Amino acid sequence: MATQTAPVPPSVGGLPATEESLLLQHEVEQTLYLEARLLDDWNLDEWLTLYTEDARYVVPTTDLPEGDPESDLVFIDDDYNRMAARIVRLKSRHAHREYPWSRTRRFIGNVMVTGTDDDEVEATASVAVWRFRAGESSPYVGRYDVRLRRVDGRLRLCYKRAILDLEELSDHGALSIIF
Amino acid sequence: MEISELVYDRPDLGKFRVHRSSMTSPEIYELEKRRIFDRCWLYLGHESEVPNPGDYVRRVVAERALFFARNRDGELVVFHNTCPHRGALICRTDHGNAQVFQCFYHAWSFDTSGALIGMPDIDGYGPDFDRAEMSLRSPRFDSYKGFIFVCFDQATESLVEYLAGAAEYLDLVADQSPAGMRVIPGSNRYTIKANWKLLAENSIDGYHALPTHQTYFDYMANEVGGNVPAINNRQGFGRALGNGHGVMENDAIYGRPIAMWHPYFGEEARPEIRRIKEDLIARHGPEKALRMCEKSRNMVIFPNLVINDIMAVTIRVFQPTGPDGMDVTAWEMAPADETGNLLRRRLDSFLSFLGPGGFATPDDTEALESCQHGFRSGGVEWSDLSRGFYRDPRGNDELQMRSFWRRWQSLVADLPHVEQFERGLALGETPEVLPSPELSVAADN
Repeated sequence: MATQTAPVPPSVGGLPATEESLLLQHEVEQTLYLEARLLDDWNLDEWLTLYTEDARYVVPTTDLPEGDPESDLVFIDDDYNRMAARIVRLKSRHAHREYPWSRTRRFIGNVMVTGTDDDEVEATASVAVWRFRAGESSPYVGRYDVRLRRVDGRLRLCYKRAILDLEELSDHGALSIIF
Repeated sequence: MEISELVYDRPDLGKFRVHRSSMTSPEIYELEKRRIFDRCWLYLGHESEVPNPGDYVRRVVAERALFFARNRDGELVVFHNTCPHRGALICRTDHGNAQVFQCFYHAWSFDTSGALIGMPDIDGYGPDFDRAEMSLRSPRFDSYKGFIFVCFDQATESLVEYLAGAAEYLDLVADQSPAGMRVIPGSNRYTIKANWKLLAENSIDGYHALPTHQTYFDYMANEVGGNVPAINNRQGFGRALGNGHGVMENDAIYGRPIAMWHPYFGEEARPEIRRIKEDLIARHGPEKALRMCEKSRNMVIFPNLVINDIMAVTIRVFQPTGPDGMDVTAWEMAPADETGNLLRRRLDSFLSFLGPGGFATPDDTEALESCQHGFRSGGVEWSDLSRGFYRDPRGNDELQMRSFWRRWQSLVADLPHVEQFERGLALGETPEVLPSPELSVAADN
């Protein structure tokens, strides 16, 4: 009988509990919470400072969550320059889906540090972003896979893959915010 | 209001108006289902989505659950997605590969051509049981250069006749590579809470591009080094293609993977894009090849299919869900043998403008929903589509939208359709190409 297979990559566990890993866990959580708060506050310029200049921000399509921007169609595949351009667009009054800006509240949970090497930390988190605008009030739900790097003593994001659990963009009709 | 009077078409007065009830009325929506979506050829999918025997893809077209597949002999097959026995969906995943299609409810099994090949305890059905009668049912379907359409009316003309002048424009996409074109994995699926005809209009509306999509043009100019003067000298025209299909064809103002180099693609891409262009000229001759390389095209195939051949090649189809809602699905196409940097540039080019996370498509969604809200405010009965009525059709005029609405009017009112080509242009004639200096950016949403 055919069986259903788990998505790739498979579920991962966290690091063993040591004093060092607890501190790292705290630091990763605080970085993700800070990102959520800055985005909820539409403090976009400050948000970008959380990222390294070689950063990449990817959102796969809802029907292909494992999508690879090198070979598949995705919703968003931004380098640092396009992230900056996205901010310029969202701050103008001409990103019409976000003028006026929607109200959002991001909830980050299930943060797990899944790996470390010399200079980078890998983590995953569950996320729900409630967005309210023009009568709409429903969440974008999904998972973040991130990599962070220590720059000048502070953890910065160098990769974020934000994977939507939605089947389609049926409530908000677009991904007009930074997810 | 008479159904036959919803489109006010007066070339003598330079007036073309559409009554807004056509986009809000539940009664008119019911008429559209019967008189348009039950009669017209409707896009289902692309043959490249089912390359191998047993491959299948399920889809909803005009509220009907369908699936298409490649049978074991390699032929394309299309089925109503319902068990002839008691109705359950046969195909319950979006895509996959199967040697047998089995209904999970009573375990009736069908081969890849739809023939009933088995069920538990067949003895219960007696000696006269007719397997053929209980096999999967197919709607009428046909494929044009890989684009698969279905039609729920046996009396409708053949697909090629129905496509009329749109077939040549599909050729301009399908012939871009000798290896054929394929649909890239991953699709944009989103909902717009607006009448479906607003998206048909918007998809061939050159007039809105610059005001609505200002942030995109700013991005291209500031971040990437877009050639802004080229926008102002852009030449193009709008064209009716028969049966309500319409297109606008314009000078491309950005890079085209096939095949116009732009700084956005980077210097290293230059020789490769030149080689593609030379290949196209060798295969198709300079006239067709240069059109393929250097012009962009936004086309509506009546009623609900859009083929954009712009900074990327897209297929977009929208399924109405009521007078004020539609489900949109969009895909990107590439030459079947394109890989590596060329494919990466194509994917990146798409994302700069298109898709629900792009720098332009969310603005269109907002505009359409804004119109639908505006209709409810009352006080104004008609929408105006008379732009360019008095002159040869430019790319940012509205001839191509008027041709859509004329076809809509004759179908929904059940009137004989008389093709009207404004300014005496017959199908196949190319209008004189004029610049549109006051505002000359095409809608590439």
